[in-house]
Amino acid sequence: MHETDMTKALILTVKDWWESQPERPQISCIRLTVGEFTCVEPVSLQFAFEVQSRNTFLQGVRLAIDEIPLIAFCDRCQEEYRPEIGLRYACPQCESPMENIRSGRELKIEKIEYAVGV
Amino acid sequence: MHQTFEAGLGINLLHANQAGADHNRAHFDEWGITCLNIMSSPGAGKTVLLEKTIAALNDELKIAVIEGDMTTELDAERLRQYGVPVIAINTGRSCHLDSKMVAGGIHQLEGQYEPKEFDLVLVENVGNLVCPAEFEVGEHFKVALLSVTEGEDKPLKYPIMFQEADCLLITKIDLAPYLDIDIDRIAGNVRQMNPHVAIAPVSAKTGEGLDIWFDWVRQVVNRQQRSLALASVSK
Repeated sequence: MHETDMTKALILTVKDWWESQPERPQISCIRLTVGEFTCVEPVSLQFAFEVQSRNTFLQGVRLAIDEIPLIAFCDRCQEEYRPEIGLRYACPQCESPMENIRSGRELKIEKIEYAVGV
Repeated sequence: MHQTFEAGLGINLLHANQAGADHNRAHFDEWGITCLNIMSSPGAGKTVLLEKTIAALNDELKIAVIEGDMTTELDAERLRQYGVPVIAINTGRSCHLDSKMVAGGIHQLEGQYEPKEFDLVLVENVGNLVCPAEFEVGEHFKVALLSVTEGEDKPLKYPIMFQEADCLLITKIDLAPYLDIDIDRIAGNVRQMNPHVAIAPVSAKTGEGLDIWFDWVRQVVNRQQRSLALASVSK
């Protein structure tokens, strides 16, 4: 359950940002991008966030997770392809190994959406 | 009235761990130490590999162990018999080591010994094929073990650790004749996602293949020490 640790890191990072804002705005949504080729399970992350944000300044805040597919680039074929996670990673056309990962390794806090009263 | 805003953060979820790992690595570099992060599922043979490695290399390299894979002090005691410092980290119920835990180990090493005397720190991670792969601890190289009893498909199913490994040891090959297993296929499955990994099939029991592993360790320690020496000259 490393998602628990990652959620802790997520909350601390957002807290740092929030405390640096003089208005302490009401956060409505935190947007993450999570690559398919990581050890992170979005469902576990959602669950950990729900539990850990309870009774904090993040209670009820939406955690939006954008999943990014694993895309590799085959240098020999000069083409992108989607490796089949769990089954095969080599290029389906020429069998070259997966070397150049274009996307799928992301684990990022992309942005925070918040409201300020005027 | 409320107005909605967005603040772009673009911060990696693991940035705190990563910063800690970089800090640990800077300590190792300062002391001229090469650090290997040794990872596998539980029971693949990490501790016995460390025993054999220490026994073989103790005369030529000054070694310390940071031991994370322990439910008791048993593993640490096994390794202490070889006369090397073994720093046991209490990982509690954690499923992986993180850079903060290893920093604690490094500070113990610094407090109790002269760290500059060491050449090699072996970090034995918690037995787990999933989590340790995402948490760097400050290592220079990652070593993954996969025992023949685990099956050929494990690298395909748990790819991250194998994709990031600098060295793969296929362990317990003395058991291969009793199993329906193809060692070349294990190697091929890993090479599909990590074509440059060094692979050594080994048996800690019979000693087969261990020389290849010892040579790999000597080589990376040597390379690391030379590159540090070059860096200090160019400063």
